[in-house]
Amino acid sequence: MKVTIKYFAAMRECCEKSEEILETDAETPQQLFEQICTLYPITLAMDTLKVAVNEFYVDFDTPLSDNDTVVFIPPVAGG
Amino acid sequence: MFSISDTEINKASLEDAVSDQQAGAVVTFDGRVRNHNEGHPVKSLEYQSYESMAEKVGLEIIQEAQQKFDIHQVAAIHRVGHLGIGEAAVVVSVSSSHRADGFKACQYVIDEIKLRVPVWKKEHYVNKDPEWVACHQCAHPHEQDLEQEQEQDHKQDLAHKHDH
Repeated sequence: MKVTIKYFAAMRECCEKSEEILETDAETPQQLFEQICTLYPITLAMDTLKVAVNEFYVDFDTPLSDNDTVVFIPPVAGG
Repeated sequence: MFSISDTEINKASLEDAVSDQQAGAVVTFDGRVRNHNEGHPVKSLEYQSYESMAEKVGLEIIQEAQQKFDIHQVAAIHRVGHLGIGEAAVVVSVSSSHRADGFKACQYVIDEIKLRVPVWKKEHYVNKDPEWVACHQCAHPHEQDLEQEQEQDHKQDLAHKHDH
């Protein structure tokens, strides 16, 4: 299946891109994160991140579907 | 309303947006870029957001505030882009019949924005490389409360010992 991944802040700097469509066998965000760690020099540990699927925070073991938009969210720091 | 803006926040128009004839109070929090963080002089900040999600989460927070507190209107704007010292990074305005509810709701909204809205901040320092900031307090929002509770328990223990 295909998923869209958007990258922000420190994740964007690790991957050097803001968005991509990735062909993946990952069934969960955790598996997807493991896959992108093989593609890019990611310096953030998964336990420091949150994940959003289709603009909602979800758990890392939530099942992914075709055409989902996934964002690994580094620690937020608004204000 | 909650919005992300790449231009200067107009505080007066935000306060106009929450204007309500039933309101005897308008409480506004204006969060600004300061010239230091954790002992390091800061020259500017760069904010980035996941805008579509940020606006959704921001609106949820405002709806929660409207349920929790006796208030009339809430509006908030968060800036993105490069900001200099003293510029407003986030402004929250709340109108309420009485000031106490306005203060509480305003604090709730800004605390939750800092905790949940996908906005990131890169600090550009005077004398070291720029860094994306991780808000420690936000990652552990109840740490301070816990410390206060522990302190309170400690005081109670002491008081208890004095009784004997």
